[in-house]
Amino acid sequence: MSVSSPQTALEALASRRLLVSRWPWRSVGFLFSTLPLAGVAFAVLAIPWLVLVDRIGGDDRRLGPIVLLILLGTALVGALGPVIAVPLANVERRRLRLVDNRAVGLRRRKSGLYTDPATWREVGYTCLMATAAPVLSIAALLAVLLAVTFVASPFLVLAQQPDGGPVALGFGQATTVPQTIPYAIVGVLLLPALGYLLTLVAGAHAAVARALLVGGAAERLRAELVEVAHSRARLVDAFEVERRRIERDLHDVAQQKLVSLTMQLGLARIDLPPDSPAAASLTAAHEQAKQLMGDLRGLIHGIQPQILTDLGLAAALDELADHAPIPVTVQTRLHDRQHEGTAYFAAAEALTNVAKHSGATRATVTAHQQGALLTIEISDNGRGGADPGRGTGLTGLADRVAVTGGRMLLSSPPGGPTLLRVELPCTA
Amino acid sequence: MHRVVIAEDTLLLREGLAGLLERFGFQCVAAVGDAEALKAAVAEHAPDLVLTDIRMPPGFTDEGLRAAVELRHNHPGLAVVVLSQYVQHRFATELLDSGDGRGVGYLLKDRIVDVEDFIATLSRVVAGGTAVDPQVISQLVRRRRDPLSSLSGRESEVLALLAEGHSNAAIARKLFVSDAAVGKHVGNILAKLHLPQTDDTNRRVLAVLAYLRESVGE
Repeated sequence: MSVSSPQTALEALASRRLLVSRWPWRSVGFLFSTLPLAGVAFAVLAIPWLVLVDRIGGDDRRLGPIVLLILLGTALVGALGPVIAVPLANVERRRLRLVDNRAVGLRRRKSGLYTDPATWREVGYTCLMATAAPVLSIAALLAVLLAVTFVASPFLVLAQQPDGGPVALGFGQATTVPQTIPYAIVGVLLLPALGYLLTLVAGAHAAVARALLVGGAAERLRAELVEVAHSRARLVDAFEVERRRIERDLHDVAQQKLVSLTMQLGLARIDLPPDSPAAASLTAAHEQAKQLMGDLRGLIHGIQPQILTDLGLAAALDELADHAPIPVTVQTRLHDRQHEGTAYFAAAEALTNVAKHSGATRATVTAHQQGALLTIEISDNGRGGADPGRGTGLTGLADRVAVTGGRMLLSSPPGGPTLLRVELPCTA
Repeated sequence: MHRVVIAEDTLLLREGLAGLLERFGFQCVAAVGDAEALKAAVAEHAPDLVLTDIRMPPGFTDEGLRAAVELRHNHPGLAVVVLSQYVQHRFATELLDSGDGRGVGYLLKDRIVDVEDFIATLSRVVAGGTAVDPQVISQLVRRRRDPLSSLSGRESEVLALLAEGHSNAAIARKLFVSDAAVGKHVGNILAKLHLPQTDDTNRRVLAVLAYLRESVGE
């Protein structure tokens, strides 16, 4: 699919490949599915008005009942309208995908049902669904029926042949096959035009629906932002997976080989007489190998602590606390393994800051998961004044947290204490 | 000759360990790659010592440790040394609580590469000693900062060696001090930690560990 492929039915009209694309078929699906929904809107909103029209058209023109019907119809649209318009609009926003590839997003109601302008746009759309939409859809589908009948007319006449009765063909009728030939030719010529007609009608309907239901530029932007956020989260997830794979590869392959090599060097050292010329260089090689083991361990730990991968966040936080230069109390209440990496790095970053800048003598780390929220709090009794603007650590952490849809809160008044709180939403 | 079963999932390291042990006069009766095979091998060969990685297939978490604790429960007197990639005090205490704490060791994998020390540690454990990696001890110490914080630097060093199961004489050799000086340090440590003085090397270690464990709040 190229970048410039059409995103909506209306855009598809300009494409030279429209008739071989899926757009006409998607449009047919859209127009067909319009009818039952329009029926619902019609049944609820239009009946009093129909009775009214019937009365005005008839003999009974007393003012009382007419006013009553107008009031009743208005009240029905005003009171009942939003009640059916909102679910109908939800269905329509989903259905819009049939002829519109662009993001729609979820609508969040800003105020009460009857005070939100969006509700009244939805009611307006519902009124259109009860009136114009079915007329247009039926007209378009009738055009299809007409064209198909034209094309099929020779066969219809043949099927009628024993009785010889005339076959009605739109604006005329035919009794013999030769009479149907012009109709059939017109029908065949009409078929490609139908593709354009259906796409046009469906596209126009969709454009109106989008204008009324998806709202203005701000709301479209928000819908697109949701998409961007999702794709960013997917990227980060992929990154996490890759990180774990690298950690595992380094650990399971490189590190084990290095231990084995270093062990062999150690063995060789024992076999060599200590005063032999090779002993000194072998000793140096063994020491270097040991050094390298330490370096590699540090490197792997920086990518993703082994203990976090193996045993999870609670154990990793314990280990983190063990290595801190000041006493750190750890409390955890966790029941699944989501966002462990982010939570761990939040605690690690915070404890590094505590050690570097705070002058604290003790710190506390709590990690609690309650319902769909994982909360990590790191507090210390230091001098406070932490500022995310000064270093890259806290801003980097805030970015990591934002990607999960979570948030980071920092309270660090001058004189302390400092509390860093990270909230990460979990999916069920 | 001591009969050993090795459990380690990396083939290279497993073969290396087997060669190393054979080289120093152990008899390697089986070398296996997972915890189930380890249990089967112990049942079949009745070894004197089991040397196992903590992290093993299929879950790569603590299968080796679980197997070790179970084996020590089912085979009293079987010496077990576990190798770990990282310090986990819960693992260490769980293992040390098995049996009566005799003939058990918890070492970081890196210790293997100091070949002679490693073999000496295994020999001490087979003889009924206790060996806990100095890093584990230093972490346990860090977790318990009051009376332990009153230990001097030299006393902390001695405590770590004590927990490894060394005798006073061995500690004196390692730290290049006299036996009498070590005896004095040990006395100070036991006094500061409120532990009764005893002559048995192994019980000294257990007393120290018991104290540290308790203070960790396990």
